[in-house]
Amino acid sequence: MSEHKLPFIRRYIFSTDHKVIGIQFMFVSLLFMVVGGLLAMMVRWQLAYPDRAMPLGTLFPESVMPEGHIGPEVYNALFTMHGSIMIFLVIIPMLTGAFGNFLIPLMIGARDMAFPKLNMLSFWVALPGGIIMASSFFVDAGPAATGWTAYPPLSAVPDYTGVTLGQTLWIVAVLIVGTGSIMGAVNYITTIVNMRAPGMHFFRLPLSLWALFITAILQLMATPVLASALGMLLFDRTLGTHFFAPAGGGQVLLWQHLFWFYSHPAVYIMILPAMGFASDILATFARKPVFGYKAMVFSLVGIAGLGFIVWGHHMFQSGMNPALGTAFMLSTMVIAVPSAIKVFNWLGTLWRGSIHFTTPMLHAMSFVSMFIIGGLSGIFMASTPVDIFIHDTYFIVAHLHYVLFGGSMFGIFAAITYWFPKMFGRTMNEAVGKVHFVLTYILFNLTFFPMHMLGMGGHMRRIYDPTQYEFLKPLQPINIFITQSALLLGAVQVLFMANFLLSLFLGRKAERNPWRANTLEWAAPSPPPHGNFERIPTVYRGPYEYSSPESSEDYLPQDQPPAHAPVPSRPPAMSPARA
Amino acid sequence: MRSWLPEGVSTYSGSIDHMFYMILWVTGIGFIVTEVVLFAFAFMYRSRPGRRATYTHGNSKLEIIWTVVPAAFFVFLGFMSQNVWSSIKGHVPHTDEEVTVTASQFNWEIRYKGKDGAFDTPDDVVTSNDMRLPVDVPVKIRLRSKDVIHSFFLPQFRLKQDAVPGLTIEVWLQATRTGEFEIACAELCGFGHYSMRGVLTVLKPEEYRTWLSEQEAGVTAAQAGQGAPAPAAAEAKAPPA
Ligand code: HEM
Ligand SMILES: [Cu+2]
Ligand SMILES: [Cu+2]
Repeated sequence: MSEHKLPFIRRYIFSTDHKVIGIQFMFVSLLFMVVGGLLAMMVRWQLAYPDRAMPLGTLFPESVMPEGHIGPEVYNALFTMHGSIMIFLVIIPMLTGAFGNFLIPLMIGARDMAFPKLNMLSFWVALPGGIIMASSFFVDAGPAATGWTAYPPLSAVPDYTGVTLGQTLWIVAVLIVGTGSIMGAVNYITTIVNMRAPGMHFFRLPLSLWALFITAILQLMATPVLASALGMLLFDRTLGTHFFAPAGGGQVLLWQHLFWFYSHPAVYIMILPAMGFASDILATFARKPVFGYKAMVFSLVGIAGLGFIVWGHHMFQSGMNPALGTAFMLSTMVIAVPSAIKVFNWLGTLWRGSIHFTTPMLHAMSFVSMFIIGGLSGIFMASTPVDIFIHDTYFIVAHLHYVLFGGSMFGIFAAITYWFPKMFGRTMNEAVGKVHFVLTYILFNLTFFPMHMLGMGGHMRRIYDPTQYEFLKPLQPINIFITQSALLLGAVQVLFMANFLLSLFLGRKAERNPWRANTLEWAAPSPPPHGNFERIPTVYRGPYEYSSPESSEDYLPQDQPPAHAPVPSRPPAMSPARA
Repeated sequence: MRSWLPEGVSTYSGSIDHMFYMILWVTGIGFIVTEVVLFAFAFMYRSRPGRRATYTHGNSKLEIIWTVVPAAFFVFLGFMSQNVWSSIKGHVPHTDEEVTVTASQFNWEIRYKGKDGAFDTPDDVVTSNDMRLPVDVPVKIRLRSKDVIHSFFLPQFRLKQDAVPGLTIEVWLQATRTGEFEIACAELCGFGHYSMRGVLTVLKPEEYRTWLSEQEAGVTAAQAGQGAPAPAAAEAKAPPA
C-alpha cells in the first residue's frame, strides 16, 4: 500500500484505484446529467409554447435561435442529444462505471479490480467519447438530429438532415463510449469470478453484485453488435458504402435489427443494476432479508437471457414480417414474468419488516412504485395490435421515462444517498434529501403520467409543433401542464446537486457502518483507503441476515465470525492482490 | 369519463381498442393492488420501538403462485393479441380499390391507377397530401418511400405503418364512416417531420367515383393539351418550407 508515495496525478487523475475511477465516472455522469436535463427543459418549452421565444433564448447565437425561437432543426438536435446523453453518458456510466467500479471490489472483499490498468483505461476511453459527443454542439450545422436511435437513411445521408460533422461525431462518440464499457465489463466479470474473499460463494453475493455481474455479461455480449452497426453507419456516411442504402443494394431495416439487438439488452443494462441496489437498500432499511433471494437471482438471469430475443418488439410497425412480430410479442410476454416476480419479492421484503424511512429507502421504495407503472405500460406495447396505435407516440415516451427516470434514476438517487458516506466519508443532509425526494416523486408523476394520455390521444413523439394537427389541439393543455411540471421537476434537482456538493465538504463525518448494514463494503473504513480493507474479510453468511435470531442486534455482518467459527467452506480462486 | 382514444372509424379499430381496454383493466387492477400493498406495508411496518422484523427468507409456494399467475395472464394475452394481429396483418382482403402512397421529405404522394387500371403509368392520378377513399369498402394501400423512413399514421383508423425506402409494404383499411381525417407522419424523418400532414377524405362510393373520374379526365386533358404526361395535382396542402 504505497498510497502516500503516489503523486497527486496518479492518485486522483490517472488512478488505478477502483474507488477513484468510480468517483470519476460519477462526477462526469452528474455533469452530463445537468446538460441532459437542461436540454429536456428546452424540448418541453417548445412543446408547450411552440410559438413563443424561449426564456433566455436570446443568449444563444442568432444563427441557432433567431430571436430566441427554437427552430425545427434545433428541436430535433435537442431531443436527440438529450436522449443520447442521458443513456450513453449518464445512466449507463453512472450505474456500471461509477457504482460497478466502486462497489464490486468492496462488496466481494477484494483490494481492487482484477485489471486495474484496464480499469483506468476504461475511464480514459469513455471520457474522450463524452467530450466528442459534447463537442458536436459546436460544429458547423450542429449536432446529430436523428434521435438516439439514429435510423438510416436519415442518419446515413447528410443531405437528409443538413447535419454534417455532428452526426459523424455522434457515431464516433458512441463507438468510443461503447469500447470503454466493454473494457469495464471484462474487468467486472473477471473480478467477480476470481477475486471473491474467502467464504464468498456466488449465492452469498449481494443482489447489487449479481445485478452488476449479469449486466457486465450483457454489455460484453451486446455492445460489439452496436459497435459493428455503428462502424457500418460510419462507412455509409464517410466512405460511400451502402450497408443501409437500398439504392446500393443495402437494407434499411438491417440497422434496426442490429441497433435493437444491442439496445434492448441495453435497456436492461440501464435497469438491472438499479434493481440490485434497490433490493439491497430495501433489505437494509426494512431490517429484513430479501424475500426470495434465489428467485431474485434467477429472474435477473432470466431477464438477461430473454433480453436477447425480444428486440423485434421495437420493430412491430417497421415493415418486418408480421409473423416475426408474433414471435417477438410472445418472447416479450415471457420476459415480463421475471419483472413481475421481482416486484412481488420487493413487496415481500417489506412485509413485516421494520421500515426506516431514510432518504435512500424512500428512493428505493419509489423505484419499486414507479417500476411497476413502467413494467405495466410495457405490456400494452408488447401486444402487437395495441402497439399499432401507440407505437411512436407519447405512450412510449411515458413508458421509457417510467422505467428510466422512475426506475433507473430513482435507483441512482437511492444508491448515491446510500453509499455516499462510504464513498466520501461524509453524510448527506437527510432533511434536504427528504424534501428533494418528496418534490421529485410528486413532480415526476405530474410530468410523466399525463404523457400516457397524450399517447392515447395519438400524439406522435419527436414532433416540433403539435398544434399543426387538428386532432392534437385538444391535447395542448396537457402539454402545457406537463411542461410546467417538468420545469419545476428540473428546478428541484438543484436541491440534490447542492446537497451532494456541499456534503462533500461540509457533511457530518461518517462512521464505518452508518446504516448498520451487513455487506462487506461496510467493514472497510469510510472512505476506504487504497487497498480497501485492513485485513481481507472472511465471509461466514449471506448478505441479508437482518433481524436474525442468531444475533441480539437486528443485523449480522457477512464477515462477523459466528460463535463457533467454522472453516470457510470455499477458498478463493486467487489470492487477493497487493495484500 | 371521456375516452382518451380518438374516435375509431375503421373496421378493425374496435378490436384494437378492445384489446387496449382489456389490458388497461388487468394492468389497472395489478397497478392498484401492488401500489396499495406497497403503501400499506410502508405504513403498517414502519419501525416502532420494541418491534422486530420477521426473519424470513421467502416462501416457495408464494414464488410459484406469483410466477404462474402472471405467466398465465401473459399467455392468454398473447393469444388474444395474436387473433387481432393476424386479422389485421395476416392478409390483405381481396379488393379492387388500390392506392399507392409514396412518402418523401415532407409530403405524401397519393397515386391512383387511372383509366388503364395499372400503377406507374402516365395516366395515374396523383395528388399531394390529399387522399380520398370510399366508405365501407376495403382499400389496399401500397406504401413506399423515396428517401428516409416515414410512418403512415391514421390515428382514427388505428393504422400505422412505416414507409421504408426499398420496400413496398401493403396495408389495408375499411372506413366505417365518411368525413375528413388527418394523416400524420409518426417516424422522425427530418426537420419537417412535424409538418408532414395530409388529409384523408372518406366519401360515399358515388361521390368517390365522381371525384376520381374528374381527376382522370383532368389527367387526360392535360396530356392531350401538352402532349406529355403531367400528373394532375389536386389542390395540395403545400408542405411548409
Ligand atoms: C415488463 C417489462 C417491459 C416490457 C414488456 C417492455 C416493452 C417495450 C416495448 C414493446 C417497447 C417498444 C414500443 C414501441 O416502440 O412501440 C418498449 C420501448 C422501450 N422500452 Fe420497454 N419494456 C419493458 C421494460 C423496460 C425497461 C426495464 C426499460 C429500461 C430500463 C425499458 C426501456 C424502454 C425504452 C427506452 C423504450 C423506447 C425505445 C425508443 O424507441 O426510443 N423497457 N418497451
Ligand atoms: Cu425493448
Ligand atoms: Cu415523415
